[in-house]
Amino acid sequence: MARTAIEFRNVSKQYANTSQYAVAGVNMRISEGSFITILGTSGSGKTTLLKMVNRIYEATSGEILYFGEHIKNLKLEEYRRKIGYVIQQVGLFPHMTVEENIGAIPQILRWDTDTIANRVNALLELVCLSPRDFKKRYPRQLSGGQQQRVGLARAMAADPDIMLMDEPFGAIDAITRQNLQEELIRIQRKLNKTILFVTHDVSEAFKLGDKVVIMHEGTIQQFDTPYGIISKPANEYVARLIATQDIVQRLKVLKAQSVMLPVDAQVSDRAFRVGTEESLHNILTYFLEHDQNHVLVEDGGRGVVGKITWEQLKVSTRQGKILSA
Amino acid sequence: MITYLVKYYDQMLILLLEHLYLVCLSMLISLLLAVPVGLLIARSKWLSTAILSFFGVVYSIPSLALFSFLLPAFGLGKMTAIAVLVIYNQYILVRNTVTGFQSIDASIIEAGYGMGLSARYMFLKIQLPLALPIILGGIRIATVSTIGIATIAAVIHAGGLGVLLFDGLRMNYLPKILWGTILSSLLAYLANHILLSFETKAIERARGECRGDTA
Ligand SMILES: Nc1ncnc2c1ncn2[C@@H]1O[C@H](COP(=O)(O)OP(=O)(O)OP(=O)(O)O)[C@@H](O)[C@H]1O
Ligand SMILES: [Mg+2]
Repeated sequence: MARTAIEFRNVSKQYANTSQYAVAGVNMRISEGSFITILGTSGSGKTTLLKMVNRIYEATSGEILYFGEHIKNLKLEEYRRKIGYVIQQVGLFPHMTVEENIGAIPQILRWDTDTIANRVNALLELVCLSPRDFKKRYPRQLSGGQQQRVGLARAMAADPDIMLMDEPFGAIDAITRQNLQEELIRIQRKLNKTILFVTHDVSEAFKLGDKVVIMHEGTIQQFDTPYGIISKPANEYVARLIATQDIVQRLKVLKAQSVMLPVDAQVSDRAFRVGTEESLHNILTYFLEHDQNHVLVEDGGRGVVGKITWEQLKVSTRQGKILSA
Repeated sequence: MITYLVKYYDQMLILLLEHLYLVCLSMLISLLLAVPVGLLIARSKWLSTAILSFFGVVYSIPSLALFSFLLPAFGLGKMTAIAVLVIYNQYILVRNTVTGFQSIDASIIEAGYGMGLSARYMFLKIQLPLALPIILGGIRIATVSTIGIATIAAVIHAGGLGVLLFDGLRMNYLPKILWGTILSSLLAYLANHILLSFETKAIERARGECRGDTA
């Protein structure tokens, strides 16, 4: 079992001079190494929830625990250095080079110069920027996408356990955003960081998150895997929100086993075999590319357990749409 | 004119130095007051507006009037002159200090604190260098105007280049008036020039345009 990295216990936040709670009674456990996306419309409290974790905002009531410790008992600056923080506006220091920006915290931690230089190089490579070309540049000499890469590298400088990201790719064009998303997924797999990622983009939330938190008016509507949310939306609000997803996106999170028809034991068919976890999107692609009308679903040791036909994929897609519309 | 210079150059030099002394001392005191005040009030929109409008009103009092207001308190001489110059400078210096710090992009501050930088580091390494161009701009304007206003301080026996001017006026002696004007303008010009070069450096630094190695 993974440890709990962050736990919210009945956390609420009410800003001064407001009558409503921005976040109300949130309970949630986030296990170490998971990639959590926080999804909701504007004003739903996503940013507020995120910023209470690194105490940019203080919770009005309730508690937040960091690996079991109350964050209020931890020394603020030391605690924050264990938490990477990336925001949409990036906030690079304009008067410092890329190298100095990334090296700021390591320098405060009194790492020696060589260690810092190596760390900077490694991080730049991790975010796909060539150290030789970029180290000595100033932020204004970078494109928006490159700035956000540096922002990401800077946030990881002191090897934090947890990363908080508030719409980091919100101001970036669609293609660059896709690259960044894929890189982030790769980095997360590689380094096993716990990530809390705020977005209002449904497909981004579903693409990145192992689990998605859906927020509305300061409360959590559903906290589940993308598959869990799409196949069983907890309420009307969630159903409406995911209905904005296009079919292709939804097929990406639906798995073969959710729609397959059981088959009688012996199948000697030479049709293409897929795993139970295969996404319906890939199966659809296979149908379209190979002029086939069915595939068999195999479950590791148990052999063939089901079958998916072209007709049936169409029907379940349509049903899926009705389900969440 | 030249004969006047040859004959009285030592006296003129003393007046010039006296003028410089008045300007430097009042700038120093002004800065020691204005920068901390600016820093303190920069956090609060309400407070900074209130204090700045107060200094703005004071700034609009004609200098002769302000000299005579303060005469009873400090008497004739340099004390009153310096007090008046310091008071005038507050408006420009406090305003530019406040603007300098308030103009820093909020996301830079948030990212800095969010990643765990201390308030001390934030101030010295981030906020100050970024606010410096505007603060230096204030220092430059304040210095130039101080050099000008300080000539009027001769009226209350504070010395400086104003002595040349006012003596010349009283005696209707053109070379004195001209030399007083030339020297104070020259001083203002030089001060502006030198301070502007610092300001330009600070701007380049804040924008991330320094050439060479400053790392
Ligand atoms: N500093 C603040 N002072 C007062 N109210 C605030 C403050 N920040 C946010 N709020 C209010 O709290 C609620 C939640 O805001 P929050 O910024 O957390 O939303 P969000 O989900 O991040 O929205 P967005 O997608 O637009 O960023 C909103 O009603 C907002 O008006
Ligand atoms: Mg937000």
